[in-house]
Amino acid sequence: MTDNIIIKLTAAEIAGKIAAGELTAVEVTEAHLARIEAVDEKVHAFLHVDREGALAQARAVDEKRARGEKLGPLAGVPLALKDIFTTVGMPTTVGSKILEGWIPPYDATLVKNLKAADVVILGKTNMDEFAMGSSTENSAYGPTGNPWDLTRIPGGSGGGSSAALAAYEAPLAIGTDTGGSIRQPAAVTGTVGVKPTYGGVSRFGMVAFSSSLDQGGPCARTVLDAALLHEAIAGHDPLDSTSIDAPVPPVVEAARNGSVAGMRVGVVKQFRGEGYQAGVVQRFDESVELLKSLGAEIVELDCPTFDLALSAYYLIAPSECSSNLARFDAMRYGLRVGDDGTRSAEDVTALTREAGFGDEVKRRIILGTYALSSGYYDAYYGSAQKVRTLITREFEKAFEEVDVIVSPTTPTTAFPIGERADDPMAMYLADLCTIPTNLAGNAAMSLPCGLAPEDGLPVGLQIIAPAMKDDRLYKVGAAVEAAFVEKWGHPLLEEAPSL
Amino acid sequence: MTVTELLSYDAALAAFDPVMGLEVHVELGTRTKMFCGCSTELGAEPNSQTCPTCLGLPGSLPVVNAIGVESAIKIGLALNCEIAEWCRFARKNYFYPDMPKNFQTSQYDEPIAFNGYLDVQLEDGEIFRVEIERAHMEEDTGKSTHIGGATGRIHGASHSLLDYNRAGIPLIEIVTKPIEGAGERAPEVAKAYVAELRELIRALGVSEARMDKGQMRCDVNLSLRPNGTKTFGTRSETKNVNSLRSVERAARFEIQRHAAVLTSGGTIIQETRHFHEDDGSTTSGRIKDNAEDYRYFPEPDLVPVAPAREWVEELRKGLPELPRVRRNRLREEWGVSELDMQSILNAGAVDSIVATIEAGADSASARKWWMGELARNANEQGVALEELAITPSDVARVSALVSAGDLNDKLARQVIEGVLAGEGTPDEVVEKRGLKVVSDDGALGTAVDEAIAGNAGIADKIRGGKVAAVGALVGAVMKATRGQADAAKVKDLILEKLGVSEG
Repeated sequence: MTDNIIIKLTAAEIAGKIAAGELTAVEVTEAHLARIEAVDEKVHAFLHVDREGALAQARAVDEKRARGEKLGPLAGVPLALKDIFTTVGMPTTVGSKILEGWIPPYDATLVKNLKAADVVILGKTNMDEFAMGSSTENSAYGPTGNPWDLTRIPGGSGGGSSAALAAYEAPLAIGTDTGGSIRQPAAVTGTVGVKPTYGGVSRFGMVAFSSSLDQGGPCARTVLDAALLHEAIAGHDPLDSTSIDAPVPPVVEAARNGSVAGMRVGVVKQFRGEGYQAGVVQRFDESVELLKSLGAEIVELDCPTFDLALSAYYLIAPSECSSNLARFDAMRYGLRVGDDGTRSAEDVTALTREAGFGDEVKRRIILGTYALSSGYYDAYYGSAQKVRTLITREFEKAFEEVDVIVSPTTPTTAFPIGERADDPMAMYLADLCTIPTNLAGNAAMSLPCGLAPEDGLPVGLQIIAPAMKDDRLYKVGAAVEAAFVEKWGHPLLEEAPSL
Repeated sequence: MTVTELLSYDAALAAFDPVMGLEVHVELGTRTKMFCGCSTELGAEPNSQTCPTCLGLPGSLPVVNAIGVESAIKIGLALNCEIAEWCRFARKNYFYPDMPKNFQTSQYDEPIAFNGYLDVQLEDGEIFRVEIERAHMEEDTGKSTHIGGATGRIHGASHSLLDYNRAGIPLIEIVTKPIEGAGERAPEVAKAYVAELRELIRALGVSEARMDKGQMRCDVNLSLRPNGTKTFGTRSETKNVNSLRSVERAARFEIQRHAAVLTSGGTIIQETRHFHEDDGSTTSGRIKDNAEDYRYFPEPDLVPVAPAREWVEELRKGLPELPRVRRNRLREEWGVSELDMQSILNAGAVDSIVATIEAGADSASARKWWMGELARNANEQGVALEELAITPSDVARVSALVSAGDLNDKLARQVIEGVLAGEGTPDEVVEKRGLKVVSDDGALGTAVDEAIAGNAGIADKIRGGKVAAVGALVGAVMKATRGQADAAKVKDLILEKLGVSEG
């Protein structure tokens, strides 16, 4: 099998072929490493490629098979890991200069789970610094290009992971979603991304941006692949107190049995209007029609508190980040600037943070520090938490009427690199539809629903499910995916220009 | 050191009424840290008892130590507090290199225990009620050692060393409500409160509460108001006062210092103060003008603590007798004075004495051995009484041998010495060392005869009425029997043989 065929296989297909002896894990890994070598100079999805480590993992899988041991459902499948998870022996930068060169002494629980599943980790992917951004332009290591159009953003913060999938550098990737950082990149690159229920995937070893919102999750090119990866990384972790101590929802089973027949699907009034690109709205409306044709009942929902979500988010997330990022003080690890033996610890910390943090990170630390200050706490952080409670209740009320909610994932298609770089408010709007889910802690998926007629770029459909009902995303997602692929005659990604 | 103006204590109290607030930090004796599995053992190599969580490495997360929560509830219950049905941890944000995350995981407006009191007994027996505001859970910081400065403080230091072994050790902070109405006895109340709290913590078995090891640390907040007024004055906060005596001295010093400032028309600055063990003075630390802003918010990495009511009640049932109540009961049972009881307490001998009595000894001899021979031994070795290589039942056995006349005090001390040296049980030591009192009249008679024969001059004096000279002959017999004879019996025998009565 040629490398060009191997890299276009799905994760499920790769695992099947390795198990059947039609491919070796080493062949698969080498094909992807070759692809990375060929295209990543242009795409810049990876910050670090662990060629030796990946091949060693692949060899171990092949040896396991040779010994006749049973292989897991993702054994030997390569994966691109967002550079926010700690990895023994590989740098973890979180896209920031402040952690340049830091090699963690411990593996994140998610990384341990991947290794236990014999997934082959190819390397670490680019991201907005500390996951703050929607374009990956805030990476201290340069932007990532969208494989559909390299002059455009691949979304963010997990733009490296989504670009790696769209560029066929890996069939699986890991992202993290604080306000949409898995779903928005998936939408603008024509791939699939899932933010599991908060607490569904361990945060231990995931460098914190906003602890109460951050959630790691699967990224893939198909709904089934995302489900297989979801199952591999999810589950209770005693090292994460906010991890849910309950069985993982049956996501793979749901992905294999896609159906929307008899389901009630909510459409929220607030997720349209000003700022939404016409082609995005058009593809979304077609998706709703498709759902109807597949047997779903569409229910109009009014959720007025969702209009407050963005404001609440930009108080809660910066507040938590101002505290989470306080530890980067040049004392124990990472960058240290100005330590010439004459300066005080305080001065060295200040110089290091000045040099080590980018503008967006500084902006949010300052904002959060202010919002938590005494005298402002009630007006800002306190009010934001109240809004959060209201949004959670509104979701609960909505889910009494519907099984899932659908919306566009993001109001526009991929915008050109540089277009919103100096306009933080415009950048923040990219997460308008994804943020309410993070605030409420429930689960959501983005999957491709077509190309916008005006620019030929991918549009994402968001599906939102109640907490711990992640399986519904896959049941609905698989049905929608199958219907679209039938309609288009091929997966959407095949329309992407070759690199 | 700057000379601080003081007013005499009597003059200060004639004009002012002291108000105190005491904040005590207790390091819990849990095996592992508050939010990770690292050992809490003291004295290990610097930074050897650390992990990603207590070092605050990126990506690490805390998990609450259940024993820490249980200990906090026990303390709260023993302090007659209400126990929160639901409470959260909070982040206290501030920068300091010995704090790995640059925030301390603590509790803010939702403490685990609140609204309690502790009755303390003053030296004259009076009971003073100290109201408790709250007791909350938090983690300790690492330890900074500043090198190169003259005072060991950061000012003037060339560099600092950081040891994170202590980072994350569970702390309970116990805060009193303002202590009013103690008047001139305020320093005594402060000391008695800390002493009582220490006993309580030990009785609960949640910490050894050794102030000398930093397991219990006290901050003394003090302000004065003119007698007869209600409004509190500006307070000073004397930090890390680490012995009972120092607590009393710090309070006393601050009363005198505040009074001197106020009577000379000055104002007290709200600031922290350092206490100096050498001369009992305090000096200025950092200004606290309420501008300090810790930006508290609920810790999002931890879930709320919601202790089930049944569990709390179960813990309440398991509480030991309060130290003050137990102390008074034992004092009466043993028939000792307040003063003697205090020295028994100070020696940490109460439990050993109780156990020795339970093992069959009478209270007088149990006290005698633990407060005498054994206290001396422990002192010499620099260990606590219960760390000595002798058990209360060993002591009870020695005491039984003495009352049976098998040992005299001198021999008993040798037996104890043998037990401490690891030679075995008291009976084994008696056997091995051949330490039984010589009570064989025949053998003793021979020894007496020999002593009389060998000291004819002295024997004559005794016969002539100088009975006091008998001591020399007794000494000769004791020497001949290597101390194993009963001296009183020897004396009687000699006098009998010489036909003299003691008149």
